[in-house]
Amino acid sequence: MHRRRTSHTEPTARTSSRTSRRTPSSPEPHRPDAPAIEAIGLRKSFGPVRVLTGVDLQVERGEVFSLLGPNGAGKTTTVRILATLTAPDGGLARVAGRDVVAERAAVRRVISLTGQFAAVDEKQTAEENLRMMARLSGLSRPAARRRAAELLERFDLTAAARRRAQTYSGGMRRRLDLAAGLVGEPEVIFLDEPTTGLDPRSRAGLWEVVRELSAAGSTVFLTTQYLEEADRLADRIALVDGGRLIAQGSADELKARVSGHRLDLVAAGPEAYLRIVSRVGPEAGRPWRPWRRPEGAAQAGPVPAHEPWQPRQLRHSPDSLTLALPTDGGADEVRALLDRADPERCDVVRFSVERATLDDVFLALTGREAAPHQETAHV
Amino acid sequence: MSDALGSDALGPIGRTVTMTGRRIRISARDIDAVITSLLLPLMLMAVFIYLFGGAIDTGTAYVTYVVPGVLVLCAAFGGSTTAIGVTEDMKGGIIDRFRSLGVGGTSILAGHVVASTLRNLLSTALVLGAALLIGFRPDASPAGWLAAAGLLTAFVVTISWLSTAVGLLARTPEAASGFSFFMVFLPYPSSAFVPIDTMPGWLHGFAEHQPVTPMIESLRGLLLAEPVGNEPWVALAWCAGILTVSVAASAALFRVRSR
Repeated sequence: MHRRRTSHTEPTARTSSRTSRRTPSSPEPHRPDAPAIEAIGLRKSFGPVRVLTGVDLQVERGEVFSLLGPNGAGKTTTVRILATLTAPDGGLARVAGRDVVAERAAVRRVISLTGQFAAVDEKQTAEENLRMMARLSGLSRPAARRRAAELLERFDLTAAARRRAQTYSGGMRRRLDLAAGLVGEPEVIFLDEPTTGLDPRSRAGLWEVVRELSAAGSTVFLTTQYLEEADRLADRIALVDGGRLIAQGSADELKARVSGHRLDLVAAGPEAYLRIVSRVGPEAGRPWRPWRRPEGAAQAGPVPAHEPWQPRQLRHSPDSLTLALPTDGGADEVRALLDRADPERCDVVRFSVERATLDDVFLALTGREAAPHQETAHV
Repeated sequence: MSDALGSDALGPIGRTVTMTGRRIRISARDIDAVITSLLLPLMLMAVFIYLFGGAIDTGTAYVTYVVPGVLVLCAAFGGSTTAIGVTEDMKGGIIDRFRSLGVGGTSILAGHVVASTLRNLLSTALVLGAALLIGFRPDASPAGWLAAAGLLTAFVVTISWLSTAVGLLARTPEAASGFSFFMVFLPYPSSAFVPIDTMPGWLHGFAEHQPVTPMIESLRGLLLAEPVGNEPWVALAWCAGILTVSVAASAALFRVRSR
């Protein structure tokens, strides 16, 4: 039985008519217990470029799952494979219990994909776009008209329904795009970088929509390069870098994996700053990633309590004379870190203990800042 | 196929009809495309008849000589619009969306071809109407008209598929427009605007045996009720050959482009 949703007007009728039409002899078995998405060892190369080198993931029904990583990490390729648009070179993937290669048509009937490029016709109005999509997804003319009106209302586009999409703002266009992906009432919704290029207000609006979809019971798989976005929306996050997942878990679990907290130190001056760095930074010993767990240890656990002290990976902000050290936040360790950073008690003027952000996780696991920072650095 | 709740499944034909409707709406709103495929052939016809025509001796009134050529040129201009439309489609994300709705390349490309054919037949009718107004006087029998219409339709369908393949090959609309230049150029070194025997000798071989010449000779013969010999069959053979290659190339290119 399909999950019933608030906007779901004729779920059983549509499913049964399709099932009987496409496979009259062997009705498709519903697999309500299967995870929404599962992938094992996905690999994909484009020519000599190895884009995915073995991606494993599992997304439960009703979950909001975020694939987080910089440009070129393999996010879009993963989504395209899961959405049956690209065939993997190796590995296995199932969506709603159906194989994305062998049962491609069945998968397509239960998913929608909203990509980075707007998939609506600029020269058609919002209403025409939605009615066309509804017709293609198998609704009759009157049903398509009703469905289009309903989606326009839900995405706050009714007033602009008869305007061509080319006159829309970025946020409106993205909403229309998302609406177009929902005409077929998909069980699993793929959003590939849904807020890239949007202004903050439109982004907040889109987040609201994702929350509503999730509240209505849909599974949402979204990719993003914004840590904040994954943090706010996702039940679970997978960090992807260089074609493989480097960590998976809830935002809290991931943050706990780094160290849970961050000690921010403000130096008294530029020389003091350099002295602190020389005492605690990576230069003080061999390069080291703080508390990085061995491969495959995806579950977060308590940070080892009595690890011998080692130099820390730092986040530098020389402009503000601030540097950040990972820590478990415990009084003992904070005290010890302060002593080591500033034994003479004259270089550090202020400190604060902050909860680790996904930024810290990303830095700790990849050795570099997450993408949007890098991009601004290049521009 | 509708049930009481209003859900019916579109078959391949329904999908193609929907895709055709989409392309017609889009190209009707594209001012550039409307001008290119409707106004330009009309203007060219005026240029040839009123500016060059006086200097060209074809043994008949020049308008009578040139109209079949303008009809063919008109289809070629329409082809460039089709190619650009296909390229623009492939560039955006909408093809992925269609595919995720279970709409395959066949319906998508057929939509382009049917819309292109209808658009080109409309512009052909307009040009023919204008030609009749400015003094084109065909003597064709009803059978001749029918044969000419059939040939022209075959030509337009062929050009539409060829343009679709070109559109799939090109990565940008500018490239598509550039690629389709050869289609627009092909009627010039043929018997479309001037008799071939007025051209330099080295050009005769090409001009007599290129695909556009038999089409133009057939249309001219049929519309003026003159003997056409086996020209229509040669023209149809060209169409069939180009069509086969274009359809096969389109299918292969679509797979590559949308993988």
